[in-house]
Amino acid sequence: MLHTVNKSPFEHGCLGECLKFARKGSAVLLIEDGVYGAAKGTAVSKQVEEALKSVSIYALRPDVEARGMQHRVMDGIHLVDYGGFVDLVAEHDAVQSWL
Amino acid sequence: MKLGILISEGPYTHAASDTAYQFVKAALAKGHEVIRVFFYHDGVNNGTRLTVPPQDDRNIVQRWSELAAQHKLDMVVCIAAAQRRGLMDAAEAKRNGKDADNIAPGFRISGLGQLIEAAIQADRLVVFGD
Repeated sequence: MLHTVNKSPFEHGCLGECLKFARKGSAVLLIEDGVYGAAKGTAVSKQVEEALKSVSIYALRPDVEARGMQHRVMDGIHLVDYGGFVDLVAEHDAVQSWL
Repeated sequence: MKLGILISEGPYTHAASDTAYQFVKAALAKGHEVIRVFFYHDGVNNGTRLTVPPQDDRNIVQRWSELAAQHKLDMVVCIAAAQRRGLMDAAEAKRNGKDADNIAPGFRISGLGQLIEAAIQADRLVVFGD
């Protein structure tokens, strides 16, 4: 399953909830303010690093760049464009948006 | 692949309508079929033709109308959500005794059944919202 998260983890608990529920082998795509969850050295980066052991995590590049975050993305998180977003949707059997 | 899209946030709020638009464009460019874009809750505000954004800003409503015309998209606005927010076509305006309608080209008003149908018929339903 593909999970999408569009809220900052610093204003909303949906990234934490998502990582709690995401099963091994699933994918998480951070979009919009959700990309703040991809930053190195934050209050949630340990939790995200831990999650990377069992799920693939992606961040939407245009949203990362819009927030000037491109040099702060933690290792192991893949950046994708909108075409990559479409591919992730196609590759997984269902999409869960954590709003 | 057949894709259904649900948008539940209005234009110029956060970014749901923008992300959905870029996603739909990318999906169409890759040859996927977008069988329906369903606008629900505040998302119905994406369908009013009376928005006048500043000239240097994107015109979200017009952008959807143009994409719909180009690709024959089926863009459906939830009737109950639309009535609450004052979005109507000519028939609804007449039925409700209103003096004007405001639905943008390419949008049509229908019921929640259209969302269920899209969810059943599409291979994936992708939700964009607040």
